[in-house]
Amino acid sequence: MSRRPYIRPVSNTTWYMQNSRYRRYILREVTCLLVGFYCFLTIWALAVLAAGSPDRWAEFLRSQQNPVMVGVHAVALIYFLIYMTFDWFKLAPKAMPVQLGEKKASDRSIVVAHYVVWALLTAFVAWLVGVIP
Amino acid sequence: MSIAKKAVVWGLFAAGGTLSAFLFPALIGLFLLVAIGAVPPGLEFDRIYAFASHWVGKSVLFLVISLSLWHAAHRLRVVFHDFGVRKDKAVANAVYLVAAVGTVLTAFYLYRI
Repeated sequence: MSRRPYIRPVSNTTWYMQNSRYRRYILREVTCLLVGFYCFLTIWALAVLAAGSPDRWAEFLRSQQNPVMVGVHAVALIYFLIYMTFDWFKLAPKAMPVQLGEKKASDRSIVVAHYVVWALLTAFVAWLVGVIP
Repeated sequence: MSIAKKAVVWGLFAAGGTLSAFLFPALIGLFLLVAIGAVPPGLEFDRIYAFASHWVGKSVLFLVISLSLWHAAHRLRVVFHDFGVRKDKAVANAVYLVAAVGTVLTAFYLYRI
């Protein structure tokens, strides 16, 4: 080893700004904050529900009705779809290749299967809460 | 980390990621509907309470929330590293603690419903 090894000058804090692939990576990884946020929002809803009072539940629903939350949810939904859901589906064939006998299922079929299951699950949830009859 | 431990950590991470990738758009959509004042009939007290008190509803809620929390915590731990925080032990303790607290709260509230 040389006495003065070459150390690439890479910033610990801003390295992902140098390359569009890294930027995409970091935009994808920070979706974990949204997952955490919505988990705790749901836990809050469960806490209110556990009180067992219809009035407090109605009050909770009213407290969620404001323009700021509309903006937050709308942006979160679009961001989450692009960088979490669709990216997760895109990476699925690489993370979980499916062996069918001698061959492997094609990447495309795995991705399409994910979209189909996602559409069905979303429709099921919508049906469950009465958004679609 | 041992290889055996890594498999468990990775498995739970992937399970939580898959569940949140599939279900969170619908969940965020529900919060959006509530926010614009178009509360779906299924979120009225009687129906959502009935859903959350049934063992199937409880199981789904618990699995989705706890695994998603674990997924988010694990991912956030790596994100901290990516943003230049090099105290992995402290970060790991903090994020997993938050996920554990969320999991316990979920179990507690579901138990009381």
